[in-house]
Amino acid sequence: MNALNQLPLNIAAAIRSLFGDPHSIWADLTMDIISIILVIVLIVLAALILILLERKVAGWTSQRPGPNRLGPHGWFQTIADALKLMGKEDVTPAGADRLMFKIAPMIMFALPMMTLAVIPYGHGMAPIRLNLGIVYYLAISAVSTLALLMAGWSSNNKYSLLGGMRAVAQMISYEIPLVFSLLGVVMITQTFNLSQIVADQHTIPFIVLQPLAFVVYLIAGVAEVNRAPFDLVEADQEVVAGPFTEYTGLRWGLFFLGEYGNMTAVAALTTTMFLGGWQGPAILPGYVWFFLKVGIIIFFQMWVRWTFPRIRIDHLMGLAWKVLLPLSILNIFLTGVGIYIYQLIVPRIGG
Amino acid sequence: MDVAKEKELREAELLVEKNVLVTTIDKVLNWARGHSFWPVTFGLACCAIEMMATGDSRYDISRFGWEVFRASPRQADLMIVAGTCTRKMAPLLRRIYDQMPEPKWVIAMGSCASAGGPFIDSYAMLPGVDKVVPVDVYIPGCPPRPESLLYGILQLQQKVANPAKVRLMQHGK
Repeated sequence: MNALNQLPLNIAAAIRSLFGDPHSIWADLTMDIISIILVIVLIVLAALILILLERKVAGWTSQRPGPNRLGPHGWFQTIADALKLMGKEDVTPAGADRLMFKIAPMIMFALPMMTLAVIPYGHGMAPIRLNLGIVYYLAISAVSTLALLMAGWSSNNKYSLLGGMRAVAQMISYEIPLVFSLLGVVMITQTFNLSQIVADQHTIPFIVLQPLAFVVYLIAGVAEVNRAPFDLVEADQEVVAGPFTEYTGLRWGLFFLGEYGNMTAVAALTTTMFLGGWQGPAILPGYVWFFLKVGIIIFFQMWVRWTFPRIRIDHLMGLAWKVLLPLSILNIFLTGVGIYIYQLIVPRIGG
Repeated sequence: MDVAKEKELREAELLVEKNVLVTTIDKVLNWARGHSFWPVTFGLACCAIEMMATGDSRYDISRFGWEVFRASPRQADLMIVAGTCTRKMAPLLRRIYDQMPEPKWVIAMGSCASAGGPFIDSYAMLPGVDKVVPVDVYIPGCPPRPESLLYGILQLQQKVANPAKVRLMQHGK
């Protein structure tokens, strides 16, 4: 088991040993390029699997089989969809701001690539080890607002613009409880480094110490990736398809990839911060534990999506500012009191 | 068009068909298209209720991968004209059709959309949507049952998968 656990690290060491000096700049560059490729492969694979899983979960919640004609249990369905999107005509509206219209989907796809690069997938398996990992993650994930606004503005379509404005209003509101809910964990661990936070959870995962923050993060996380019940950005009945209204074929597919990549990134950060990351009983390698936990969070997000109806926009804002924000501040206060009591008690009982 | 020019065109078409690369990619793309029709949400009248019933758990259109009803025509491949199309609605139907990116298909669902149905005598009725958009598959019925709709889309799938056969049936040799 240990050999399996160390397998990715050993492969990395073997690639490094091909160079004369295993820590030269060329070896580092090669390893960086390999990590980037692996992260891209992760996003594409995640999207391919998750889109089918989404449709299967939708079927499961409404008691129908879901896609099952194409390949074993419908597993080739997403491949057919992706190929079809590639073969579609690429329409750019006549009144569109062409440059912004074209780069918005690319930004949307690049963001999960950047956020997933700092997540520790196993012991010593973070592609990039940043001391300010959490700050970096939050800063990058907030930029997806900009991509949606760019798409909405540049399409020159009133529904797109409405959707883009909704994206800004919603995502900036939910960014605040999201950040505050992560602060409790940072107060306990005294670090922003994601690898260090995972290492600190070897006794108990922080979901036990921070249940309130976990719930707030989960709700705000669903709102961050614009999924039902918070999918006001692309609410079909109100704004056609929001910022994506004018996008066709592969460009729209890039948005889709970005959306599922963001969903994976939110689930990965939840796992890292609250569920102990790659920590787990030694019956499975660390990275398998990590992806299992990510899968459970993603399944939970899908389950929520197909269970609850969309909430009204004033309720959406009310939930963020009147419920989640006070709760996350309360959590910070409780965590502070808890740490103070802990520091009072531990020296006396000799812990 | 004179006969000689037509012959020349047909020969050029045959030449293109012999191009292995293009035909292979075409086959793969047609396979993908046939298995992933995303219909645009376009219910006009009572047939739309049957169309919704096709999406529910009893008939479950999602088994075939066609359940992704897109609200934006830009992301749709298939327009199921479900119901009575009035003359006032016709320009809007045509506009939605024009907004869909190629390749796109149209299914006329029910007798109203196919040929005017029971309202054929009315001054306000369009005698079949094929007056404004090219229709690929007509589904009879008033309204057609969900099984008929599924069969109709399966027929369209066959049509997409075998363009040569369709050309043969429409234009002869």
